[in-house]
Amino acid sequence: MDRPEKLAEALRAAFYLADDSLATAAYLSLALGKPLLLEGVPGVGKTETAKALSGVLGRRLIRLQCYEGIDVSAALYEWNYPRQMLAIRQAGENPVDIYSDEFLIERPMLAALRAPHDAVLLIDEIDRSEHEFEALLLEFLSDFTISIPERGTISARERPVVILTSNRTRELHEALRRRCVYHYIAYPDPEREARIIMMRASGIAERTARAVAAAVGRLRQEPLSKPPGIAEAVDWAEAVDLLGKAGAPWPEVFMRSIGVALKDQEDLSFMAPRLDALLAEVAA
Amino acid sequence: MNDVLLPRAAVPFVAFATTLRANGIAVAPDQSVTFLAAVELLGPRSMGDIRRAAHATLAPPVEQHALFDALFDAHFLGAKGQALESSMSEGEDLRVQEERAGGFEPPESDDINEAGEVATGSEALSTRHLAPGDETALLSRFSRIAPGALPRRPGYRRVPAKSRVSFDLRRALRLAVRNDGEVMRLPQLGRKPRQRNVLLLIDVSGSMKDRSDANLRFAHAVTRAADRCEVFTFGTRLTRVTRALKLKDREQALAAAAATVSDWDGGTRIGDALTAFLSVPRFGGYARGAVVVVISDGIERGDHAAMTSTVAKLATRAWRLKWLTPLAADSRFKPETAALQSILPFLDYLGDASTTERLIDGLLTATKERAA
Repeated sequence: MDRPEKLAEALRAAFYLADDSLATAAYLSLALGKPLLLEGVPGVGKTETAKALSGVLGRRLIRLQCYEGIDVSAALYEWNYPRQMLAIRQAGENPVDIYSDEFLIERPMLAALRAPHDAVLLIDEIDRSEHEFEALLLEFLSDFTISIPERGTISARERPVVILTSNRTRELHEALRRRCVYHYIAYPDPEREARIIMMRASGIAERTARAVAAAVGRLRQEPLSKPPGIAEAVDWAEAVDLLGKAGAPWPEVFMRSIGVALKDQEDLSFMAPRLDALLAEVAA
Repeated sequence: MNDVLLPRAAVPFVAFATTLRANGIAVAPDQSVTFLAAVELLGPRSMGDIRRAAHATLAPPVEQHALFDALFDAHFLGAKGQALESSMSEGEDLRVQEERAGGFEPPESDDINEAGEVATGSEALSTRHLAPGDETALLSRFSRIAPGALPRRPGYRRVPAKSRVSFDLRRALRLAVRNDGEVMRLPQLGRKPRQRNVLLLIDVSGSMKDRSDANLRFAHAVTRAADRCEVFTFGTRLTRVTRALKLKDREQALAAAAATVSDWDGGTRIGDALTAFLSVPRFGGYARGAVVVVISDGIERGDHAAMTSTVAKLATRAWRLKWLTPLAADSRFKPETAALQSILPFLDYLGDASTTERLIDGLLTATKERAA
């Protein structure tokens, strides 16, 4: 894959439609050996990108879901304390190295570092973690090394493929952004979204896909607390298709399956007065 | 010092970083290097390649994409002129509008306020020079006590502690090794307390005119003192001023904030402004588990139904929702306007915002657990 276009093609074969800039960013990240930082609102397919990329590269995906309070023992490594304790007891007078490999438990980041050839590391939703964890990431992302006090520094023989995602619930540290190749994923335009729907959900008529893409596009313009993402659009298209096959009339199927797209009572009641007209318009 | 000569073809790419910096987009030297490497990798076969490489490696924030593209055009295509001019003036990235590039549209039906849009003629526009305050001593005292006095919650990070959540096995092992593998003591881990987020929503409309400056000075002090604080102003539109207020120097911060806010002393549309706030998930998220303080007189133009429903929503997200109004300075004050009456059930605290001292009290007052 020596061109972004070829990567985009490969991703398409893995059922992921990437636009030019995403393909370029992903290609650059692979070619330059830098982590890829993806930002975007929930539901635009950030995690999917990582899955598709790992599929294309034929590597397993190691996923590290971030949360508040995530620390070294959950992200990097942990010592197997009970076994260390047993080893000390069993050794008696003999010397024993309780910091050897057999007592080291790999966590996602160390695992990716040790097997750069067959893993893609996905660090998901970094914005959920705190600044402490971001600082920890800096060493890892710039040099691909991990310092274990009892063991010294472990460095990667080759740079692993790392993908970071953020929902932008808070701003990430500049130093982190600087170390990465960056791409902001926006909602796709209706044209592309229709193609995504047809690709992701099998056997959906083009007419349905287009109507659903137009409808979610319109819904995203409204001040909703949970605007429908791409996954919702795909689900909605499938629901419409299913109900349509069961014999429900065409524009009405959208209304009956609205619960797949709008999953918030407040949003539903906010949209209720205008929903019929909106759906009739896009379904026409 | 010009010994190291760049290859001639590389000059424009390196110079682009300088252009960006001059226009307020931060670019690190190693990003320029990466940019060069990326351009080389891609060929480049077209201008599009270079543009995409620039976006991927120089990583401008989404809010500045328009400005970035305009600068790119000016630098590489020589397309100086109107496009650049107009996007330069909108380069401020602190409005709700910043979410546009990402596909979010703030509410935009006819009667709703277009947050961040160019102000229409009917909206009173004025730029304000914020006067230095005489409550400096008060604020600096607040800054000293605030870190300890702002509400906390147990965090999820573990630290050695007396109250136990789990055992510190790592330390236990180290201690045991010293005693030939005998465990004499089990150190404990507890949860590290974490300051709650503070969210300030400040009314800067005409009816709050007398207090707008002081409120922003207060907001600056809170921003400096709290670990995590977000500040928004609202009048006829919603403006995020957190970034401006993060500047250390108070005068600079206030000047930056004053320049950002463009709806000083206009009308109020509290309901619409709060709806705009909640409809951007990134902003709405700030309210979750936070101490939300609204500084406003609560005088809503027209129907207050929108205001009531959004305040109710805000209350479900916030840990505490406090409403501070300057009208409460009068001892005979009772929340009698229909709008205030309707939101009263959702508030944890209704207080006085007439002086900075009262504001501080309002923020730091502990309130009881909300019933139901």
